[in-house]
Amino acid sequence: MATTATLAKAEDRAAVTHAARIEHVSKSFGGPAGGQLVLDDISLDVAPGEFVTLLGASGCGKSTLLNLVAGLDRPSAGSIETPGGRPALMFQEHALFPWLTAGKNIELALRLRGVPKAGRREEAERLLELVRLGGSYGKRVHELSGGMRQRVALARALAQDSDLLLMDEPFAALDAITRDVLHDELTRIWRETKLSVLFVTHNVREAVRLAERVVLLSSRPGRIAHEWTIDIPQPRRIEDSAVAELSLEITEHLRGEIRRHGQH
Amino acid sequence: MASTDTTPKTDDLAGLEAGLDALDTVQIRRTPVREVLVKKVFPPVVAVVLVLGVWQLLVSLKVTDEYKLPAPSAVWDSLTTMWLEGTLLDVLWTSVSRALFGFLLALVIGTPLGLIVSRVKFVRAAIGPILAGLQSLPSVAWVAPAVLWLGLNDSMMYAVILLGAVPSIANGLVAGVDQVPPLFLRAGQTLGATGLKGAWHIVMPAALPGYLAGLKQGWAFSWRSLMAAEIIASSPDLGLGLGQLLENGRNNIDMAGIFLAIILILIVGIAIDLLIFSPLERAVLRRRGLLAKG
Repeated sequence: MATTATLAKAEDRAAVTHAARIEHVSKSFGGPAGGQLVLDDISLDVAPGEFVTLLGASGCGKSTLLNLVAGLDRPSAGSIETPGGRPALMFQEHALFPWLTAGKNIELALRLRGVPKAGRREEAERLLELVRLGGSYGKRVHELSGGMRQRVALARALAQDSDLLLMDEPFAALDAITRDVLHDELTRIWRETKLSVLFVTHNVREAVRLAERVVLLSSRPGRIAHEWTIDIPQPRRIEDSAVAELSLEITEHLRGEIRRHGQH
Repeated sequence: MASTDTTPKTDDLAGLEAGLDALDTVQIRRTPVREVLVKKVFPPVVAVVLVLGVWQLLVSLKVTDEYKLPAPSAVWDSLTTMWLEGTLLDVLWTSVSRALFGFLLALVIGTPLGLIVSRVKFVRAAIGPILAGLQSLPSVAWVAPAVLWLGLNDSMMYAVILLGAVPSIANGLVAGVDQVPPLFLRAGQTLGATGLKGAWHIVMPAALPGYLAGLKQGWAFSWRSLMAAEIIASSPDLGLGLGQLLENGRNNIDMAGIFLAIILILIVGIAIDLLIFSPLERAVLRRRGLLAKG
């Protein structure tokens, strides 16, 4: 499915050294002085084509960080660069617009991106095909299952044609079987599209299943506590022993971070 | 370590996904016509028949003088007389055309007003409460000043309709905009729908159900306001509408005529709602999967 346009795009991606560069970013809410510090001096690069998961317990500010990268909010200090333009963002809720069909949801993203009317329908069908929902173009959002909705949401995010895809616990509300299938699906699509992905989760196994790099955030305030590079070959299974082993190690670190909050 | 035999083949994955989709998909069932007749049409018919029965019973028992409570047949006679004279449709059309035209005017004024109130904080703080309060002011109160300002003519009727319906429509839109889930706004923002694009592609369609509820109420207010205006302000120049029909009945102590006018006013109000607003509202809600079943 690699057209010349996407090949050219892939070359562009090779030219830049990062899909996102987060430098010394801090964020506090409730005024500059005396506010609550949520993120403290975060520095993180996402390389082109890299899959990074941000992992942390509640209160680590991982969703806040994602909002900052998405440009929905501004950091209190530091800077965030996304050379590929406005990143695409997927939420835990599908966030599809119920007044539009599945296909029209995708077409709206294309239209807002500036794709001329003539090519929209075809491109929307292609993206639905990519998430294996060909034939669902005219379906209403409420006619789709939870997993199908998230796949349409993924197709809509891909329609933005951004180099960077941000995902905020997109599979957290799904049942285990569907989530497992969507992990396979996401891995396949990531490898096909050569996108950079920054994926937020509190599920350690999910983080290890998907990512090339796992970044553990501490809580209150969120700081980078630890980082793991994962070279288990893809596609992995969540049941793989190597995935389980590393998950155990990361969980121990995560628990250590959580325990610190009970000590005073 | 992932060995090759645990690696899912793409075909397997596609098949698995197709299976999950088939299992999870919600089956949408259209209600059969018979069920609609039994559940939706039959009950109100029973209610109307009962009311007519009780009415006839009261007349037969002679609980009160006939000039106070006419028989259903007397009202029916008034109706057929008007029909045979050819005045029935004229009277209906005079009122309905006034109300619909007034309502459309209210729509044209109320919609931008509602948008401005919902989006501009200063305007909202300034006139939001007044607009909400105006809804509880009976529009009959506006008839007196409207007659003095504009005289006994159609403009005065439209003024009263506007003062009744515009606040409803504007408030409905404000409520609709307020209830737009923040998630939609954020999703729109990440897709690049900000400013006017955001208003057009996200806020307006998301607020549509609230706006339609406002329109529905706006129609009810238009109709009520017009009837108040027609009853109070009668003049030969104004043409005979349902309100004047009612007022004429009072002047002639013609109770059958009064009953007929009241019933016609009620039927028109219900009919417009049933023929225009309810189907519109249901279509919008159904498309969004917001219509409760049962």
